[in-house]
Amino acid sequence: MEKVLKKGHFAFTGELGPPRGANAEEVRKKAAFLKGNVDSVNITDNQTAMVRMSSWASCLLLIQEGLEPNYQMVCRDRNRLAMQSDILGAYALGIRNILCLSGDHCKFGDHPQAKGVFDIDSMQLIAMVKKMRDEGQFLSGGELDEAPKMFIGAAANPFADPFEWRVYRLAKKVSAGVDFIQTQCIYNMEKFRQYMKQANDMGLTEKVFILAGVTPMKSVGMAKYMKNKVPGMDVPDEIIKRLQGVEKKKQAEEGIKIAVEQIEEFKEMKGVAGVHLMAIEWEHKVPQIAEMAKVLPRPKLE
Amino acid sequence: MIVAKRKPIEEIKEMVKGYQKVLNVGCGTCVSVCLVGGEKEVNILNAELEMARKMEDNPIEMGAASVERQCDREFLAELDDKVGEYEALMSMACGVGIQFLAERFPDKPVLPAVDTTGLAVNQDVGWYEERCRSCGSCVLGWTGGICPVTLCAKGLYNGPCGGTNNGSCEIDPEQPCAWFKIYERLAGQGRLDLIKEFHPANAWQDQVPRTLIQPGYEKAEATGQKT
Ligand code: SF4
Ligand code: SF4
Repeated sequence: MEKVLKKGHFAFTGELGPPRGANAEEVRKKAAFLKGNVDSVNITDNQTAMVRMSSWASCLLLIQEGLEPNYQMVCRDRNRLAMQSDILGAYALGIRNILCLSGDHCKFGDHPQAKGVFDIDSMQLIAMVKKMRDEGQFLSGGELDEAPKMFIGAAANPFADPFEWRVYRLAKKVSAGVDFIQTQCIYNMEKFRQYMKQANDMGLTEKVFILAGVTPMKSVGMAKYMKNKVPGMDVPDEIIKRLQGVEKKKQAEEGIKIAVEQIEEFKEMKGVAGVHLMAIEWEHKVPQIAEMAKVLPRPKLE
Repeated sequence: MIVAKRKPIEEIKEMVKGYQKVLNVGCGTCVSVCLVGGEKEVNILNAELEMARKMEDNPIEMGAASVERQCDREFLAELDDKVGEYEALMSMACGVGIQFLAERFPDKPVLPAVDTTGLAVNQDVGWYEERCRSCGSCVLGWTGGICPVTLCAKGLYNGPCGGTNNGSCEIDPEQPCAWFKIYERLAGQGRLDLIKEFHPANAWQDQVPRTLIQPGYEKAEATGQKT
C-alpha cells in the first residue's frame, strides 16, 4: 500500500473483521473475496469491544493467503509495554502497516465491566510507533535492536463535533507522525468537501495520504440505525430518502450505487489519495463494487 | 469532598453474619456531608440490621459511635476504651477512614458498610458528580479547568475522540463529552492553542502507593508516629 500511494496511484483498501472464535477458515474465506481487488486489508482489533481473534494473528493468515494487512491496534486493551512488544512481533512476522486507534469504549462490547487501559491515546500511539521506526527507540528512550519500519496510519472522523476542530485534530495526527489516514464512513459529501478544502488549505494533504471511508448501505434500516445509533456518524436524510425510493429488494443495490458514485467523486477530489471500503460482513460484494467503481486491476508493485 | 454510597443491605448482612455484637463507626466529615456515613446514617443502618436479625431469630447488638474524622489519629483515639467489648467493627467512613480504623485496632475485624466512589462536587441535595481521580499531576491549567482524566470516558490527553455526539460522549447521550466542553471553554477564552499541541504519553503518578510530606515537615515524619 505504501508503494501504491507513494507512486501516486489511487489506493483502494478493504476491511475484514476476525471471527468470534478460532476459525482460521472463516478469515481465509473472507480474504478470498478481497484478494486482487484491494491494495491492503484492515484487520480490526476487538472491534466494538467484542472479543475476536487477535488482529496480528488474523494479519498473518492474510499474509499466508497473499494479501497485505493493515494491523489495527486500539489503546483500550493494551498498555505501552504490550503495544511495543506486539509491534515488534508483528513486524518480525511480515506486517508492514499499522493503524493506530483509540478504540470503542468497553461499555459497547461483550465485557462491559472490563477495565479500559488507555495508558496512551491514539495520538501518543502514533508518536510511539514513529519513534520506534525513525529513532530506533522505545517510548522510554531505550535503544531497540532493529527498528520496525511500519507505515503508520490513523483514523479521522471529519463529522464528529466540534466540526471546526476536526481538521486541527487531523493536523495534530500529522504532527504526531502519521503517514496515512482512513476516514470514518462518509455520507455527508458536502461536509466532507468542506473538510478536505480546509485540509488542503492547511497544507495537510501534502504531508499525509487521506483515504476516504466508504461503507455501502444495505438497507433503509441500516441507514436509520447509523444515523441515530452510531456516535459520530452523519447520515443526511437524502441518503435515507434515496434508499426509500426503491423497492426493498433493490435497496442493497441502490446502496452500492451510492457508494460507487461517491468513489467516482473521490477519485477527482483534491487531496484524496484513495478509498477505504468498509464492507464488513459484506466482503463478498467487494469484487462487484471494485468492478463498478472501475478501480481494477490493482497496480502490482514490487 | 470524598463521596461514597451505602452498600446493599444484603451484602452488609452477609458480612456481619457470624457476629452478635458489632460497633458501627460513622465519620463526621465528607461522608456525613454527602449523607451516607454520619451519625444519622449509622443509627438507621443499625436499626435495619437489628430488625432484620431479630426477624431471623438471631439477634445482633449494634453499637453506635461517630468520630469527627476517621482519617485522623486524634479522633480515633476516642474509641480506644470502647471497642474492647465488641467482636467486630463496622465503618461508614470512606476507604481511607476504614483502613485507618483497621490499623488502629488490628485485632478486630473491620467491615466496610459503604463503597467509596470518588472526589466529587455537590450539584444539588443528594446529587454528587465526580471531578478528580487524584492523578498526581494536574492538567487543569491547559484543559480549561475541566478534568479529562475523570470526565473523559477514555481519559484522553489529546481528545476529543471520534465518538463525540452532539456534545455527548459516545458512552451515553446523557454524559457530556469532556473534550467537547474543553474545546468550548478554551475557544471562548481564545486559548485553543493550548490543545493544538500534541501532549506526549503521560507519566502516571498513581501506580505505586503514594506518601506525601509537605515541605518543612520532613522532620516530624522522621521522628516517627505519635498517638
Ligand atoms: S488532572 Fe484531573 S485527576 Fe488529575 S489532579 Fe487534576 S483534576 Fe485530579
Ligand atoms: S466522546 Fe468525548 S468524553 Fe467520550 S471518550 Fe470520546 S473524547 Fe472522551
